[in-house]
Amino acid sequence: MIIEESLRRISSEPHEDFYQVLTPEGELLIPIDGMIDNSLAVGMYRHMVYARTFDRKCISLQRQGRMGTYAPFEGQEAAQIGSVLALSDDDWMFPSYREHAATVTRGQPLQTVIRYWKGRLDGGVGYREKHILPPSVPIATHLLHAVGAAWASRIRHEAAVSIAYFGDGATSEGDFHESLNFAGVNRLPVIFLCQNNGYAISVPFNKQSSSRTIAQRASAYDIEGIRVDGNDVFGVYMAVSEARKRALEGQGPTLVEAVTFRYGAHTTADDPKKYRDQEELLAKWRKRDPIHRLRRFLEREDLWDERQESQLAADCTEQIDQAISEVLSLPPEQPEAMFEHVYAEAPWHIAEQREELNRILRKDGMQS
Amino acid sequence: MTQKLNIIQAITQALDQKLADDRRVMLLGEDIGTNGGVFRATDGLLEKYGADRVADTPLAESGIVGSTIGLALNGMIPVAEIQFLAFLYPGLEQVLSHAARMRHRSRGEYTLPMVIRTPYGAGIRGPELHSESVEAFFAQTPGLKVVVPSTPYDAKGLLISAIEDPDPVLFLEPTKIYRSFREDVPEMLYRVPIGKAKVVQEGSDISIFAWGAMMPVAVSAAKQIEEERGWTCDVIDLRTIYPLDRDCIIESVKKTGRAVVVQEAHKTASMGAELVSLINDEALMYLRAPVKRISGFDVPVPLFALEDDYMPTTARVKAGIAETMLF
Ligand SMILES: Cc1ncc(C[n+]2csc(CCOP(=O)(O)OP(=O)(O)O)c2C)c(N)n1
Repeated sequence: MIIEESLRRISSEPHEDFYQVLTPEGELLIPIDGMIDNSLAVGMYRHMVYARTFDRKCISLQRQGRMGTYAPFEGQEAAQIGSVLALSDDDWMFPSYREHAATVTRGQPLQTVIRYWKGRLDGGVGYREKHILPPSVPIATHLLHAVGAAWASRIRHEAAVSIAYFGDGATSEGDFHESLNFAGVNRLPVIFLCQNNGYAISVPFNKQSSSRTIAQRASAYDIEGIRVDGNDVFGVYMAVSEARKRALEGQGPTLVEAVTFRYGAHTTADDPKKYRDQEELLAKWRKRDPIHRLRRFLEREDLWDERQESQLAADCTEQIDQAISEVLSLPPEQPEAMFEHVYAEAPWHIAEQREELNRILRKDGMQS
Repeated sequence: MTQKLNIIQAITQALDQKLADDRRVMLLGEDIGTNGGVFRATDGLLEKYGADRVADTPLAESGIVGSTIGLALNGMIPVAEIQFLAFLYPGLEQVLSHAARMRHRSRGEYTLPMVIRTPYGAGIRGPELHSESVEAFFAQTPGLKVVVPSTPYDAKGLLISAIEDPDPVLFLEPTKIYRSFREDVPEMLYRVPIGKAKVVQEGSDISIFAWGAMMPVAVSAAKQIEEERGWTCDVIDLRTIYPLDRDCIIESVKKTGRAVVVQEAHKTASMGAELVSLINDEALMYLRAPVKRISGFDVPVPLFALEDDYMPTTARVKAGIAETMLF
């Protein structure tokens, strides 16, 4: 239903039209009964506030020099959290480097995310328990891994889908097209979740592609495509739920385009003022903020009040500060760690080089 | 007339002057236009030369390198920027199977005057895959030249030579030293020849070969070892790693009888290994000690918390020199 409606809108309407459930004013366009109950709605809100709070903390850690370059996601919480909450524990998740809201919501410890951006090898571990892979830095390359994992699920008759997260820029890479094609040919249970945040670093989508939308690319491969308001957590949740259901029924892959916006810099090493009018864009996008619209809805439904809000803020701060101080008080990573896990068993040269570094470090230690 | 420039400024100036000098020259790459490149190497050039000559491309390295080939075939002199060396991988097919082979397979009928510029190497606390130095891949690619400047003067002169070169050139820019120092750079358009190494410091006891961001490490090790032990080093900046300046390398080894290679690349099957083998072929009888490689380790370049341990340090280079001297 969602898919048909979404496709109809894409083909007949101009630019910013997409499937939407919850308006920026917090009103429902479509009933959510049977799909999203009160506790899920409140849970979504809590996750989004938590994610935004840690995103801001990470930026400030970076500014204080206590963390390396960091890729912030503020503005994209609904696209990440709405999609990840629609998955089940057995599904496979292939994130790129901006998906901390999604991975942490799915259960990855925040500590792991902080370790990663502190440049520690133990931050790259992913989260096996929930089938979360380490973040993929080379753009679009991991979509094919999701394809392969979904392929294995189908062969082994497992009731699991794979989902790959990526940005609008990623849709220019060959790997994106190969993924859609492989998934289409084999009718694989895979969801391609594109967060179209309008920019790939400095390049706006209209310079990235002459396609009007990303979702329409699906039709070239005769797979499903949905364009959804990526700042509408209900819309994203319902779109991904439907894509997941279809995948498990053997109806193949879906390309979901979640239209959103990153409020801040591409990474902390970037200055968005160099390539876009931040003030104008922020004014426009803050009106569509994913968190504010859900709060309006919850308040209207008497599911949320000021007291809960301040309790939530206090809880978030406490948990996040706790996670941060845990990571900051870890002993420095041992140089030896780089020699571990290159192979199941270290060949002679790696073993020798490890010894060599150990000797050097012991000597340095004695000198100082 | 000269100006004090760092490496990145020298590169911008080379690009600027070649854009002004030759209508066929154009730049293309991700975020190079409005944003001026993630390291600002192309800052201001879009405003000056327009979008036909300074083109932001879609995010697709195979697309960038492949279309660079087509541009070069048809009368342009394209200079492509790849954001980081590891992100050239999606475009490797185009580099290895086409850019490097066009002259040979068309028996000289088609040639590719093109440059691929890309930052490379560790030392900037970059995220994962922003610190690779896999230059040896490209020294396995006949038809391609591989150039690595280590000073602002050479960066400008070598880039101009690369743009004027009739063959495809991979121009590797060491990010760690992009902005680490300035030196006098002539304002005029000048060339530093490709394929020529530079003797940075003369000495008689041992030859030290390095390139890119390892140059400052090699030089400081040489200075310290001279002060501490009185050994003098012939320090050589290879500048072009493919094809190598054989004569310069061999002449130095014949003079000193000892050699150390300093590289941040992994040790196995590296340029360092190639140097050992070249010296073996051409100067074996002059050697008084085995040639020593001081390298990055044979592990994936770690995330930045451990990058200082991964990279050769002055102390490691000094230890390598001492070992070779006392062999
Ligand atoms: C293959 C590859 N090329 C280039 C880069 C450098 N790079 C990192 S992020 C980025 C932009 C990505 O934009 P998009 O896909 O829209 O995702 P977003 O960052 O907006 O989430 C680029 C060019 C990379 N990581 N990998």
